[in-house]
Amino acid sequence: MGFWDALRGRRTTSAPNLDALFLVPSAAVTLQTSMGLTPTGEGSVCFRSAAGAAFQETQAEVVALIEADPETPEVEVTTDSFGFTWLSIERDPDEVAGLCTDLHAVNTALEAQGFGDGLLCSLVPFQVPGGARVGLVYLYKRGTFYPFAPKGPQQRDNLLEIQVRDALAAELPVEQELSRWLAVWGAPGL
Amino acid sequence: MPRSRFIKDTGLIVRMSTVMFLLGGLFVALIVGLMFAAANSGYSRMVPIIGLIGIGIAGWQWWNSDKAAMRAMRAYEVTPEEYPELHGIVDRLCTLAEMPKPRVGISEMNVPNAFATGRSPDRAVVCVTTGIMGKLTTEELEAVLAHELSHVAHRDVLVMTVASSAGIVAGMLMQGSRFGALLGRRDRNSAALFMITLLASLIVYAVSFFLLRLLSRYRELCADRAGAYLTLKPGALASALQKITGEIAMIPQQDLRAPKSLNALCIAPAISCATLKTLTSTHPSLEQRLEQLARIQAELGRPTT
Repeated sequence: MGFWDALRGRRTTSAPNLDALFLVPSAAVTLQTSMGLTPTGEGSVCFRSAAGAAFQETQAEVVALIEADPETPEVEVTTDSFGFTWLSIERDPDEVAGLCTDLHAVNTALEAQGFGDGLLCSLVPFQVPGGARVGLVYLYKRGTFYPFAPKGPQQRDNLLEIQVRDALAAELPVEQELSRWLAVWGAPGL
Repeated sequence: MPRSRFIKDTGLIVRMSTVMFLLGGLFVALIVGLMFAAANSGYSRMVPIIGLIGIGIAGWQWWNSDKAAMRAMRAYEVTPEEYPELHGIVDRLCTLAEMPKPRVGISEMNVPNAFATGRSPDRAVVCVTTGIMGKLTTEELEAVLAHELSHVAHRDVLVMTVASSAGIVAGMLMQGSRFGALLGRRDRNSAALFMITLLASLIVYAVSFFLLRLLSRYRELCADRAGAYLTLKPGALASALQKITGEIAMIPQQDLRAPKSLNALCIAPAISCATLKTLTSTHPSLEQRLEQLARIQAELGRPTT
């Protein structure tokens, strides 16, 4: 946000680049070959639901759109303790490309109705061989990815996160500022 | 085609810019006017120095705004381990707004209030009282924090401090010329100069006082708007405001330890002013704020296409 906008009391955000989501399938292959992480077939989009009927209508349309797919992935809508809505999609673990198309569709549909400001992130979880899980988070406003590996109720496995970052650095726009690696405790699929 | 549901309030921007322009003009007029008045009395070289000192004081206030406000509100910084929920809300709002996360503080006071201060978004601190955390729901607290984060993003501390320079210089001159009139040289020229200075600075001080309050009210409305668009729930901010402002009026005066200068950046003013209330208040009236939030609510609910 520029100084001039600040002076006028306005808030402007940069234009997001949703196409980065299509880089996830190849990143999934890299994670599988280099670290043994396997996709779980789940994916979710986290957003702020706006007050009013228009948003409810948009959300219902989005869910209907995803469910209209002949392969009928499962769609679930949950609300977390911070008041953010998680729209989670479950597909066959092999279909990462299809999953990313779904996530992209959800993001674009909300954006098209003027609710882009409320989009927080998209998440694709991966299975670690030991049993833990690590999520690849796409920050909508920044257009960057970062890993999130929860370990216990309020602890993160930072070592694993750094490993994932280094493995993906060549393939995805990775969030450079570590302070922006927002923790998403209790996200669906983690 | 993506389009935002953000409605522009051109009227507010124009009014606010006019007030800022007038305050800047007032400062320049005071300095230039005094230089002309002092041109043949030997004091003319002092006038720009006084102006610089005024800006210096304003700058110093701005530089130390976070420490001064925290001390005045008896607030201290808290870590994510101590208040995970509060930090979680701020984390998410900052990610949504794409801004650096400010420090988070707590003030152990029963008055339900919140404030944001700091010289820049990188050095900002957002602070809530323990009273407000007990009275508001998570959603309402989030709305209040979004309002405060908008103050940070709009650099309101900087804007208000710069805007107050004219008032600071006028205040200094008022003191100085009273002192000078008593002890200064007793020739006619300087006596007249001291009278002009006293009169001019009095007028500038009064005008800048009203303009500053006006600007403060506009900045609050801007922060309300930005906060409501950030959380996408104008209703939550509206209900929080009703709770806070309703309760503040009922709390006994001895609990209100916040100094007056801090009021401009609080979520709701802690000290009520009975006379000239609408002209001198740092915050817009509750009705005005609720009306604006209702308009945003209507825009967010506009049918889809």
